[in-house]
Amino acid sequence: MAELFSKKNKEALNTPLLKNNPVTVQVLGICSALAVTSKLEPAIVMGLSVTIIVSMANVIISLIRNTIPNRIRIIIQLVVVAALVTMVSEVLKAFAYDVSVQLSVYIGLIITNCILMGRLEAFAMQNGPWASFLDGIGNGVGYAAILVIVAIVRELFGSGALLGIQVIPQALYDAGYINNGLMLMAPMAFFLIACIIWVQRAKDKSLQE
Amino acid sequence: MEHFISLFVRSIFVDNMIFAFFLGMCSYLAVSKSVKTAIGLGIAVTFVQVITLPVNYLLQTKVLGPDAIIEGVDLSFLAFILFIAVIAGIVQLVEMIVERFSPTLYASLGIFLPLIAVNCAIMGGSLFMQQRINMDASNSQAILNFWDSVAFALGSGFGWALAIILFAAVREKMEYSIVPKPLRGLGIAFITVGLMALAFMCFSGIKM
Repeated sequence: MAELFSKKNKEALNTPLLKNNPVTVQVLGICSALAVTSKLEPAIVMGLSVTIIVSMANVIISLIRNTIPNRIRIIIQLVVVAALVTMVSEVLKAFAYDVSVQLSVYIGLIITNCILMGRLEAFAMQNGPWASFLDGIGNGVGYAAILVIVAIVRELFGSGALLGIQVIPQALYDAGYINNGLMLMAPMAFFLIACIIWVQRAKDKSLQE
Repeated sequence: MEHFISLFVRSIFVDNMIFAFFLGMCSYLAVSKSVKTAIGLGIAVTFVQVITLPVNYLLQTKVLGPDAIIEGVDLSFLAFILFIAVIAGIVQLVEMIVERFSPTLYASLGIFLPLIAVNCAIMGGSLFMQQRINMDASNSQAILNFWDSVAFALGSGFGWALAIILFAAVREKMEYSIVPKPLRGLGIAFITVGLMALAFMCFSGIKM
């Protein structure tokens, strides 16, 4: 058990959460991070799907890493990821149809999500299955955390609700409060990610450029 | 013809791949430090988009769609794997053809081509096309025939290229401005894209 959570494995799990966050530090997987965050529910589902797919793909690629010919490794990685994404997409269509409609093409776009290719290339091709699994979980959760933060702000201020449940009381609206419609539009997603990067880099000077 | 043109213009300005759908952000942020490389990548993306999207359109309508090969069989769940295989294959093919017949073009485009296989704008274009096939004919986003898919490919490719070239030009000038330390680099890039997206929102009122 001690070996399973050695220092190196712990690092694989911990660093992507904050210090080496896939979205704000490695700049991977921005597309979907911006697109699905106008509401909280699709953001959570997206974060969960990516976590599952990254960790599974990491394990599979890490298991077969020594048998993959170097020249065609990208195509093999793409096929493994595409198969996993197809499965997740079919499961979502069967059990959470509304969310899968809201996510529309972005579930399919997990295939070309840079987090996947980035982690497979940078980690799973060199490390064993267990470490790769932890690295996948870490990166998936780090990605999901950013999504959830952005989605909470956007849904709360954009439509006054969380997970579709009205949070801001009616009395406030009667007193003249208005939802900020811009929060639900594309540009606000950019500004919010910029704010998260700003706060993170102000706290951790080593990340500044 | 009218639908062709309106689909083309719409996918450049209103449904811009970057500003409306956030597709292809990774290479957009990474390769926009100088205008020259931005132009190279923009041309390469448009080029690959115009080849892959119509091919995927034919694949979707003639092979994967409901009742396409066998009566009563809908194979569209295979779309993800086949689309990405087509894209990866065509990128490889284009790379080899360009290398063989135009070494000068290869020297300027070559380094970008492998990047494009995993560019979300290409895969996203194909997935949007799959969604829009079933749209009503009166909808200006609908893709009704082969030529519409070409128009959509051209428009979305140009839109992406326009976005990255404009952004690279802004970024080149920004080198000389004083930005708070934690915002330097990535942070200010995001804010710039956000402002550009705000500017592009005013196209969304255009009725065609």
